[in-house]
Amino acid sequence: MTAAAGLAVENLSVEFRTRSGIVKALDRVSFAVAPGETVALVGESGSGKSVTAYAIMRLLDDAGRITGGRALLGDVDLLAATPAELRRLRGRRIAMVFQNPRSALNPIRSVGHQIADVLVEHEKLSRRAAAAKAVELLRAVGITDPARRASAYPFEMSGGMCQRVMIAIALAARPAVLIADEPTTGLDVTTQAVIMDLIGELSSSIGMATVFITHDLALAAERARRIVVMHAGHVVESAPVAALFAAPRHPYTAELVAATPASVSVLDDLASIPGSLPDLRRADLPACRYLDRCRRTQPECARNVSMVAPGAIHAFACRNPLP
Amino acid sequence: MLEVIAKRLLIAIPSLLGVVLVTFVLTRALPGDPAAYFAGPAASRQAVEEIRVKLGLDAPLPVQFFRYVRDLARGELGTSLTTGQPVVTEIVTRLPASAELTLAGLIVSVLIAVPLGILAATRPGSWIDHMCRVVTTAGVSLPVFFTGLVFVYVFYFLLGVAPAPLGRLDIFYSAPPRITGFYLIDSLLTGNVGTFVAAAQQLLLPAATLAVFSLAPIARMTRASMLAVLSSDFVRTARSSGLSWYTVVVTYAFRNAMLPVVTTLGMVFSFLLGANVLVEKVFAWPGIGSYAVEALIASDFAPVQGFVLTMAVLYVALNLLIDLLYAVIDPRVRLEA
Amino acid sequence: MSAALRHARYVVSENPVTGFAFGLALLLLLASTIGPSLVPYDPFASNTAAALQPPSMRHWFGTDQLGRDIFSRVIVATRLDCGIALASVLLVFVMGGLAGVAAGFFGGWMDRVVGRVADTIMAFPLFVLAMGIVAALGNNVQNIVIATAIVNFPLYARVARAEASIRREAGFVEAGRLSGNGEWRLLVFHVLPNVFPILVVQMSLTMGYAILNAAGLSFIGLGVRPPTAEWGIMVAEGASFIVSGEWWMAFFPGAALMLAVFCFNLLGDGLRDIVDPRRRT
Repeated sequence: MTAAAGLAVENLSVEFRTRSGIVKALDRVSFAVAPGETVALVGESGSGKSVTAYAIMRLLDDAGRITGGRALLGDVDLLAATPAELRRLRGRRIAMVFQNPRSALNPIRSVGHQIADVLVEHEKLSRRAAAAKAVELLRAVGITDPARRASAYPFEMSGGMCQRVMIAIALAARPAVLIADEPTTGLDVTTQAVIMDLIGELSSSIGMATVFITHDLALAAERARRIVVMHAGHVVESAPVAALFAAPRHPYTAELVAATPASVSVLDDLASIPGSLPDLRRADLPACRYLDRCRRTQPECARNVSMVAPGAIHAFACRNPLP
Repeated sequence: MLEVIAKRLLIAIPSLLGVVLVTFVLTRALPGDPAAYFAGPAASRQAVEEIRVKLGLDAPLPVQFFRYVRDLARGELGTSLTTGQPVVTEIVTRLPASAELTLAGLIVSVLIAVPLGILAATRPGSWIDHMCRVVTTAGVSLPVFFTGLVFVYVFYFLLGVAPAPLGRLDIFYSAPPRITGFYLIDSLLTGNVGTFVAAAQQLLLPAATLAVFSLAPIARMTRASMLAVLSSDFVRTARSSGLSWYTVVVTYAFRNAMLPVVTTLGMVFSFLLGANVLVEKVFAWPGIGSYAVEALIASDFAPVQGFVLTMAVLYVALNLLIDLLYAVIDPRVRLEA
Repeated sequence: MSAALRHARYVVSENPVTGFAFGLALLLLLASTIGPSLVPYDPFASNTAAALQPPSMRHWFGTDQLGRDIFSRVIVATRLDCGIALASVLLVFVMGGLAGVAAGFFGGWMDRVVGRVADTIMAFPLFVLAMGIVAALGNNVQNIVIATAIVNFPLYARVARAEASIRREAGFVEAGRLSGNGEWRLLVFHVLPNVFPILVVQMSLTMGYAILNAAGLSFIGLGVRPPTAEWGIMVAEGASFIVSGEWWMAFFPGAALMLAVFCFNLLGDGLRDIVDPRRRT
C-alpha cells in the first residue's frame, strides 16, 4: 500500500527541436493535485495538455527537452530522477492511461499477461500469483468472465474493453497519482460514462490524485473538482468548477465556457472563439500568448503577464481580467 | 492452428503446380529441338532421333506434360549425359552439402545481423548505428563471389588461418557415416571429434561468405523494425508502467519487431539459394549448385532441369515454414479464423 | 520544373552521398562511352612474355595469364556490363510496367493473369530461375538480358499495378472519363505519366541487382565467352590464381563491379528521396 502523495508541477517548460525551428511548447506551467482530488486539465488541441503529461512522466520523444521546472510527486522531483529511479516510480507511484487504448496495448501479448507484467515488476509476485491477481483486476474494472478474457488479445476486444484493461494496468500497483489523457475520446457516449465512473470509483477507493486531461469542458465539469485551463502552452486559469463557470476571470476561459454546448440551449447561440493558436516557433512571441485573439488587450500584455502559481485556489494569468 | 497449417498447405499447391509447369515449358515447349537439347552437342542425327523416341518427345505436348508429372511423382528426373547416373540420385546425395552450407551461413548471419540491428535501433547515432548503416549499404553491393575470393586470399593465402578451398573435408579425413548427410552433425553423432573440427574448418569461409551476403537485408530490416516499434504506443505504455529494460526492449519491442524480419527471411532465402551456387563454385563445394554448374558447361541439361526443380520445391517448402513460424509468433494470424 | 530542380538540389545538399553517387555514375558513363577509345592497351592483345605481372606503372592493374592489360579490360568491360544491365532494366520496365499498369487500371481477369504470372516467377529463387532460362534459351548475351528481365518482372509489375490502382479512381481520371475519354486514352495519357517517375526510381534501384545477376551468371560460365572482356568472367578467370597469390586478376574487375553496384544503389536511394520522400528508410 503506497502512501498517499500529491502531484505539484512548478514552472514546467518544454521545447521541441524541429526542422523549422524550436517550438516553445510549454512555458512555466504550474498546477497541483492533492491526494484524493481530481483535477481536469482542459484546452483546445495543441494547447499542450498531453505534452504536460508526457513531460511529467518523462515520456517525451527525442525531439523534446525539458528546459525548466519541477514535478514533485510527494517530495521526489520526477524531472530530476535518474532512469533507475524513474523505473521504480512509474507504475508504482505514478501511472498513466492513454488515448487510443487498442494501439496502446501490446498486440501479440494477452491482456492478462500485460497486467501481470506490472505486478511481477512492482509487487514482486511470482508469475502464477500475478496471473491470478490479474484476473481479479480484470473483474475490478468490470470485465465479465475475467478468467477467460485474461488470455484474450487486444484485437479481440472492443475499444471500451481495451480501455478497461489499460486502467487495470495503470492501477495494478495502486499508484498515488494517475494521469488520464483523453481516456474516453473515440469511445461511444455510454462507454464514456462507464469508463469515467470506473476511474472515479477506483481513484476514490485508493485515494489517488487524478489528473484528467480533456478538450471537453463539460465533461471536465462533471468529473473534476478543479479545472486548470491551458492555452498555447500556458496555464491561463485554475479554479474550482463552480467558480470557473460562475465567474471566469481570464477572457479565454470565458470564451471557452460560452462555446461549451452544455451551457447554451440553442445552436445559434453557440459561440466560437475567434482566431487560432499562435505559431510557437516565433522568436517574438508576446508574453501573453492569447494576445492575438483577445478583445481586452492592453499594451502591457505583450511584455509581461504573471503566471499562475501552483498553490492558488482561483488564479489566472491576465493583466486585464474579467470583473 | 491446424486450420492455419491446412490453409497454408493449400496455398502452396498452386505454387508447386506453377513450378512444375514452368520447368516443363523451359525444357520441352521452347523453340528449338528439345531432343537435340537432351542428346547433347556431340550427338549424331541418329542419336538425336533415338533420344526423341526414348524420351517421348514426339508425342503431343499435353501427353508429354502428363508423362512428365507422372515421372516426377515417381521420382524420375532423367539421366545425366556426363556421368550416366540418374539425376535424382546425384541430387539426393549432394543436397545435404548445400543444405549444411546454406544453413550455416544463415545461422551466422542471423546471430550477427539481429543483435546489430537491435543495438543500432536502441542506440541511434552511436558508432554501432553508423556501422550498421555501412554494413547494410555496402552489403547489398558486394558480389558474393568477390567476397568469397577476398576471404580466400586474405585468410588462406595471406594469413594462413583457413584451409584451402577444396571442398568439405581435407584429404586426410574421410567423411563420417551418413546419417543426415550433414558432416557436422554426423561426426558428432558418431563421436568423431577430429572429423568435426576438420569439417567445421572447411565450412568456415564459405559460410562466412554467405553470411556477409545475407547480413545486409536482415540487419536493415531489424533496425528499421525495432526503430518503428520502439516509438510505438504500446512500448510507451510499457515504459510508463515502469517495466524493466529487458521486458520493454526484448519482451515487448523485440518480439513485435521480429514479425517483419521473419517475413523478410523469405526474400533472404531466395537470394541465399542463388548465392549458394556461386559460393559452391568458389570453394569447390560438392553440392547441387556445383553439380548444376558443371552440367551446364557440358551442355548436359537433365541435371540442370532437376536442379531448378529441386531448388524451387525447396524454396516453396521454406516459404511455407516461414509462414507457419509467423503464425506461431503472431496470434492475430492464428485466431483470425 | 524549377521547383523539381530546387528540390533535387536540396536533397543532394542534405545528403552528400547522393552527390557522390551522381559523380560516380558520371564516371561510369564516361568509361562506357569514351573509355574503350582511351585505354592504353588493346584489351584482346595477348603478350605471354608479360603474363601474370602484378600492378605496376606500366600496367596499372597488372596483367593476366595471357599477358593482357587488366586495366584496359576492366574499362572496356564497363560498356558491356552496364549495357547488359541497362538493356534488361529497360526491357522489364516496358514489360512489367505495361503489364502492371494494365492490371491495376483495368482489374478483372487482366489483374488475375498478371498476378499469377508474377507469383509463379516468385516461387523460384530468382538466380536459379535465371540459370534455368539461360540454359533453356541458349548460352548468349541476349538471353542473359531476357532472363534478368523476366526475373525482375514481378517487382515492376507490382509497383506499377499499385500506382495505377491508386490513380484509377483519382479525381483527374474521373474528370477525364466525364469529358468522354476512352479507357485506353486515360491509361496512356493520364495514368502512365504519373506512374513513370516511380518506375524510373525502381529502375535505378534494380540496375545494381541486374549487374550482379549478369556478372553472377557469367561467373559460372553462362552468357559471355572468353576472350570477351566482362567483369564476371574476368573474376572467374582470375579465381584460379587467387590461391597462388596472384590477386589482381580477380580483384580489379570485382572491385569495379562493387563500385558500379554501389553507385546505382545510392543513386536509386537518392532518386527515391527526390521523387517520393515518404518512402525513405
